[in-house]
Amino acid sequence: MMSIAQLFFYVSAAVAVISGFMVVISKNPVRAVLFLVLAFFATAGIWMLLEAEFLALILVLVYVGAVMTLFLFVVMMLHIDWIVHRKAFVRYLPVGLCVALLTVGLSIRMLGPSHFNLANVAAPAAKPADYSNIADLGAVLYTDYAYPFEIAALLLLTAIIAAISLTHRRPKGRKQQEVSAQIAVRRQDRVHLIKMPSEKKR
Amino acid sequence: MMMAEFVLIGTILLKIIAMVIVLLLAVAYLTFMERKVIGYMQQRIGPNRIGPLGLLQPIADVVKLLNKEIIIPSASNRFLFMIAPMISIFTALAAWAAIPLDQAFVLANINAGVLYIFALSSLGVYGILIAGWASNSKYALFGAMRAAAQSISYEIAMGFAIVGVMMAAGSLNFQAIIHAQAGGIWHWYWLPLFPLWMVYWISGVAETNRAPFDVAEGESELVAGFHVEYSGSMFALFFLAEYINMILISTLAAILFFGGWLSPFEGIPGLETAFAWVPGVVWLLIKLAFFVFCYLWFRATFPRYRYDQIMRLGWKILIPVTLVWIVVIALAVQWQVGPWFTGV
Repeated sequence: MMSIAQLFFYVSAAVAVISGFMVVISKNPVRAVLFLVLAFFATAGIWMLLEAEFLALILVLVYVGAVMTLFLFVVMMLHIDWIVHRKAFVRYLPVGLCVALLTVGLSIRMLGPSHFNLANVAAPAAKPADYSNIADLGAVLYTDYAYPFEIAALLLLTAIIAAISLTHRRPKGRKQQEVSAQIAVRRQDRVHLIKMPSEKKR
Repeated sequence: MMMAEFVLIGTILLKIIAMVIVLLLAVAYLTFMERKVIGYMQQRIGPNRIGPLGLLQPIADVVKLLNKEIIIPSASNRFLFMIAPMISIFTALAAWAAIPLDQAFVLANINAGVLYIFALSSLGVYGILIAGWASNSKYALFGAMRAAAQSISYEIAMGFAIVGVMMAAGSLNFQAIIHAQAGGIWHWYWLPLFPLWMVYWISGVAETNRAPFDVAEGESELVAGFHVEYSGSMFALFFLAEYINMILISTLAAILFFGGWLSPFEGIPGLETAFAWVPGVVWLLIKLAFFVFCYLWFRATFPRYRYDQIMRLGWKILIPVTLVWIVVIALAVQWQVGPWFTGV
């Protein structure tokens, strides 16, 4: 008899694998992106079972909520020709299959029952209900791994600045409004009220 | 073992259904309120024909929407066209699981509650994007593009504003955030976190694509934006999602910056005991009703922002403000500035 948690695991795992497969074989790129979103969701579910709720939610927030939205944005803008797409699919199929088989074989070899069974790696004990994954993660991140964490953050910042400065072209001859000048305008600059009699006297 | 789990799931399901029914009723009467409030602000009477004082108007609207024909454009992507409103309503409803309505009443009191709600609200844009693209219509696509760009930009400002609250409270759990604000109206975070509160509220209005940030719908330029091709009950789902999100953003404003279910008379001698019998959920309802009213007020009084002005406001004003104020809060928490940050 399976427990609810086991059922949840098998459903999420199956969804993750199937949607990962569908990402590859979908003809429509928008659908492929949406299947990738589904795969992320299923993975987040599995991480939730591992009591890593912070990572699971960050996966949804960052990858699904931000990265994949931009992906979808780009894919929707493009008009990809299906036929060319399919020709390329057939052409690269043998290489792809070789790589896929190799990866699956290695995974089975490394993660299969011979290495990765309960005797070698014991099941983690369930944490109590008041256990906070976030507090633990924060404590480790800002003590033991403070330098790697900060260096990674700085690298990312450098990458952002580099990407923007490489691609940014200052527009020439473009008419642009100056918001501060607009706000600074007072009534006296634009309108003059002139006092004059309401009717002309003869 | 299995049986107990099923009983547990059953009770949770019942709670969820109760919550959804209350939400749907709230949305129905929010639309009525909206028409009445905006009506009076524009020197009109608003709906007053159906039922006493027009109170049955929302029921009539629901019946009308459900009876309308669902039209699926022949050039649309059928499957995605159908699924988009479902995504919208799912993200709008699922966020309510972590919202505490009272000291002891919350569906799921999870540690990462703030993060959960933020993750779900960032998914809402999928419904809009997919609807706009699957409709295969120019107006819908424009609306979807605008909505997506707008919610991605304002999510950053909103996230930073919420980071400030998390730092001040030292927790991501909603109940802990509310408890950290205990001690009276001047202990609530609107005061020490005032700039963040302004940023949160502005980006909250922008996130829900409501006036004055409603360029995504902009009826004078895009007809109705991303849901222009939807009709009947499928349109009703988008409509529901928008209004549920409005109530959600208002509730979050009440919880994060205005003490949630805490009484506003706390710490005032005399009044505190005189109002001690009022349940916390009443205070929460009063606070969130005020913010929902602000939504309607904005819609009746503000002209629509232009698209580039929206982007400028989000990126060049709101995000820098939050970045500065997060540093201020970090210093305040470090030095235990009272009366707010002494217990962190």
